Amino acid sequence: MASISAAIPALPRKYHAASIWALYVIGLCPAAWYFYQAATGGLGFNPVKEFEHLLGIWALRLIIATLAITPLRDLFGINWVRYRRALGLLAFYYVLMHFSVYLLLDLQLNFAAVGGDIARRPYITIGFAALLCLIPLAVTSNNWSIRKMGQGWIRLHKVVYLIAIGGAIHYVLAVKSVTSGPFAHIALIGILVAYRLFRRPLLNWKRGRRQPAQLAR
Amino acid sequence: MPAYRPPHISPSEITPKDIYLSRRSFIGAAAAAGFGLAAGGEAWAAPLSAAPGPYKLNEKLTPKEAVTTYNNFYEFGVNKEDPSQNSGAFKPTPWSVKVEGMVGKPKEFGLDEILKMKLEDRTYRMRCVEGWSMVIPWIGFPLSAILDQVEPLGSAKYVAFETVVRPEEMPGQGGLFQPLPWPYIEGLRMDEARHPLTILAVGLYGETLPNQNGAPIRLVVPWKYGFKSIKSIVKIKLVEEQPQTTWKNSNAREYGFYSNVNPAVDHPRWSQATEQRIGEGGFFGTKRVDTLPFNGYANDVASLYSGMDLKANY
Repeated sequence: MASISAAIPALPRKYHAASIWALYVIGLCPAAWYFYQAATGGLGFNPVKEFEHLLGIWALRLIIATLAITPLRDLFGINWVRYRRALGLLAFYYVLMHFSVYLLLDLQLNFAAVGGDIARRPYITIGFAALLCLIPLAVTSNNWSIRKMGQGWIRLHKVVYLIAIGGAIHYVLAVKSVTSGPFAHIALIGILVAYRLFRRPLLNWKRGRRQPAQLAR
Repeated sequence: MPAYRPPHISPSEITPKDIYLSRRSFIGAAAAAGFGLAAGGEAWAAPLSAAPGPYKLNEKLTPKEAVTTYNNFYEFGVNKEDPSQNSGAFKPTPWSVKVEGMVGKPKEFGLDEILKMKLEDRTYRMRCVEGWSMVIPWIGFPLSAILDQVEPLGSAKYVAFETVVRPEEMPGQGGLFQPLPWPYIEGLRMDEARHPLTILAVGLYGETLPNQNGAPIRLVVPWKYGFKSIKSIVKIKLVEEQPQTTWKNSNAREYGFYSNVNPAVDHPRWSQATEQRIGEGGFFGTKRVDTLPFNGYANDVASLYSGMDLKANY
């Protein structure tokens, strides 16, 4: 296991901050590129729907990346925790853009239709609830909040598991049939959330294996 | 039935033939270069002449490029661009359609014979169950013309249709995650099948059907959601019981046998009150219009369903 982390060259500490900013820039590139494509006719004959769907899919991908940070460290010794806040915030920005496109370009500020959708269509109800749940997480994604909230911060940010499951259900309910694309996203979310259930016993077991060696010393 | 008047299409809205032919040769060359394939489907596109038909429609036609690149045809993949991109290897010729079941004279119709039917121009609205619509100038003939030739028995109450299965030519029919079971099957009640609006289409925009639109022969039932209008038909069977249909089998709560366009009956997951006109408005001004009962053909077909609860029989 440790060999995998050894195979990846460590980034010198002085580049850490710059690499996080680079991640924000790279992370927003798909949205910028698809917006350009949609505005110039590159997304086909239903550019609004296409753009809306792409933003939603990228939001799910970023949530998957956020959830993957912990198992990467536990199982492979790769410590990318410094990128987790950026990935989580990017996911929030994509969900916000996804909703804005639906509100502004798809339903064109027809608030009655938006309200009706949220009230009556389970996949939109779930998607909207996930967006609302993301707001407190995004607002508290800073060092000050972490210091101030202590254990409460950790409890609050566990809501991301519910958001991820909600996002997966939203996706399943929105498509006419679950093909390989949706399946891959949903399966990854399922595996990464389920991992949290087995994490404690797994870490205890790993620690237990290390112990005898230390005793023998 | 209203008298025919020629549709009012300004010449500026029609892509000049030499432009789309040059696009065609470009696409063909690109396909040949990229995949080492001759563009079989494109070679099939041939001009079709048709007489003016009934049912005039004073609405702006959806651009041909939209009609031929924004498609639901899961046999070629589930994304809208998949059918136009993945159907190059499909061979619509030679072709034949078996018409059988409860008929006096079962018959296999060859494509040559089908193309010799009395072809008409039929410009229809097309409303997809997903909430978008188009206006498409089809070329075809009434389904009843074929039914008449096989002499249906009195016991035949429904018509069942079947799409071709060719995984080697239709990439969506292969692979691990199949969106639907194949063959795609559809059905109509006999009176729906014999209605003069119901046609078998063999062309659009003055040419034979492109592969992605259901070459070489497909059903068009303009007052029903698009998935009822089954593509690339190889079998038509007259039966006594209501036939199975693909989307109803896949999710009976959401897709019914009738599937008449109805703004008052929502899809369980989305509203059917409005529709987006594809190819109009663009990115910053999506064109949404109200969906009409029976897709605007209520005067012609509502009587078929008199006394029926359209909420229960969705």
